[in-house]
Amino acid sequence: MTTHKVNWWAFLWAVLGLFYFFLPLYGTLDFSLRMIRGRLSLQAYQIVLADPQFLESFRYSAVMGVITVVVSAAIFLPTVYWIHLRLPQVRPAVEVLTLLPFMIPVIVYVFGLIRTFGRPPFLLTLTPLGTDVLIAAGYVILAMPYMYRALDIGMRSIDVRTLTEAAQSLGANVFQVLVNVILPNLRIALLGGALITFAMVIGELVLGDFLVRPALGPYMEQMGRDHAYEPAALAMMSYALTWVCLGLLQFLTRGSSSQQQLTGR
Amino acid sequence: MAGSALAPSTERTRALRLGAWTKWLGIAPFFVFVLAFEILPSLNLFVGAFQDQDGRFTLANFLGLLDHFVLKSYMVSLQVSVITSVVGGLFGFMVAYAITVGQAPRWMRSILMTFSGLAANFGGVPLAFAFIATLGHTGFLTAIFRSLCFTNSAGVQNCPLDLYQNGFNLYTLTGLTLSYTYFQFPLMVLIIAPALESLRSEWREAAENLGASGAQYWRDVALPVLWPSLLGATLLLFASAFGAFATAEALTGGSIPLATILVSQQIRGDVLGNPNEGYAVAFGMVVIMSLCIALYIFLQQRTARWLKR
Repeated sequence: MTTHKVNWWAFLWAVLGLFYFFLPLYGTLDFSLRMIRGRLSLQAYQIVLADPQFLESFRYSAVMGVITVVVSAAIFLPTVYWIHLRLPQVRPAVEVLTLLPFMIPVIVYVFGLIRTFGRPPFLLTLTPLGTDVLIAAGYVILAMPYMYRALDIGMRSIDVRTLTEAAQSLGANVFQVLVNVILPNLRIALLGGALITFAMVIGELVLGDFLVRPALGPYMEQMGRDHAYEPAALAMMSYALTWVCLGLLQFLTRGSSSQQQLTGR
Repeated sequence: MAGSALAPSTERTRALRLGAWTKWLGIAPFFVFVLAFEILPSLNLFVGAFQDQDGRFTLANFLGLLDHFVLKSYMVSLQVSVITSVVGGLFGFMVAYAITVGQAPRWMRSILMTFSGLAANFGGVPLAFAFIATLGHTGFLTAIFRSLCFTNSAGVQNCPLDLYQNGFNLYTLTGLTLSYTYFQFPLMVLIIAPALESLRSEWREAAENLGASGAQYWRDVALPVLWPSLLGATLLLFASAFGAFATAEALTGGSIPLATILVSQQIRGDVLGNPNEGYAVAFGMVVIMSLCIALYIFLQQRTARWLKR
């Protein structure tokens, strides 16, 4: 009955939605190009890219991102595997633990970290290295909901038991099974979890800020206080980087129904 | 043949040989890590909230929550979260409606779905920068609206759309609401679009056959099916706004007294004059967020029954 009639009501809301998405994006792009009065230029980008502090903080956050991904994978892959194979009864408990970071605001979490590791007996914040260890561990916890879920969904799609038994009957030990059999089968899920983890670490403000390490988030915040055009350029670069990561993720996991994520900020 | 019969039995014997408790070793690294860096810090705040400065048990810190200063920041946080989750939720619902049941053009649908996946994860400092560049004092849209001027018969120039002349200010609750909506409504689209898609066309046809109008169909059929997802999604939006910090900090420099901002000021300089009261403030936030998320998960599971196709 109403099949070929254009639904103007729906059309209106879809257009409004598109405007809401694109206007801030366009506004940021436009603003970032107007540093030199009267003409468009890439001046703001050049200034940012030439700033040694930017390069230093970007390098710091990128290295932290990689460390977080590697540590997350090393901890969560065996855990998810073992739960699927041997300990299905602990799944509910583990799921609650992995969702906990969504229930604790990051600012509250860092408060807890400082109270716990900022004094004996677990003093970690005395040296830069100790603080970096603490921040990396914090990122692993913050990324846990994403990484765990990605691996859990991936593990559901393969027949863990048969693969394990086949490998074991050929003489493989547990580590060989994990590295040579399970890991290759989960590479898409792992890559998906890695991308969202990396994007999160790159954009994260609170841990670097409050534990006073030179991460990209605090650098951006400082730029926002002191400058006008450079923050817009930074926002554009941050958009681009995050969205490349998340776009790749969407591309990798297209078609899977359980893609929807919870977010926590 | 032999393999399939043999494998389970070898596995069983191996499990027996290892003993029942050794299988727990497999998840020990996870539990140790989570215990050290998730449970311990959380527990530490929890315990701190119930201690006085000499480490004795007390409930006085929670009385501190009734302090005007603290209560106000909770109230502002709740206000921002309610407004943004309702505004973002309604907007997101309408957009989700448009791209599912409303049959908006296909290209719009795919762009909106893709962008929802991206924007729902977008926040923090860059989001604040984007809105400053768009609606700040010298922002792109601000400039456009300011330039729409005309001169009236008395020769006075009139700029009816000059935002900042008309009381708009991005660095306030309004601006915060606008910015949060940028990640709130896509989150709503992501959650509610599958639910809308699961509304079966037979239900609508059946309702129409029985003489129901469009409004009656929505009120008596669609919304009763959708309300757990709608409520659950709104709770999730509420929690994500309640816990948000970076955007507010970068946008307003901490001038809006949110609960997250209060906690940050407490970390930086003990504004409450009592560290333990800070733990109570933080603990209260965790309680509110946990209730929202737990209720969301409960409602999601309820909805799952309807959404099975």
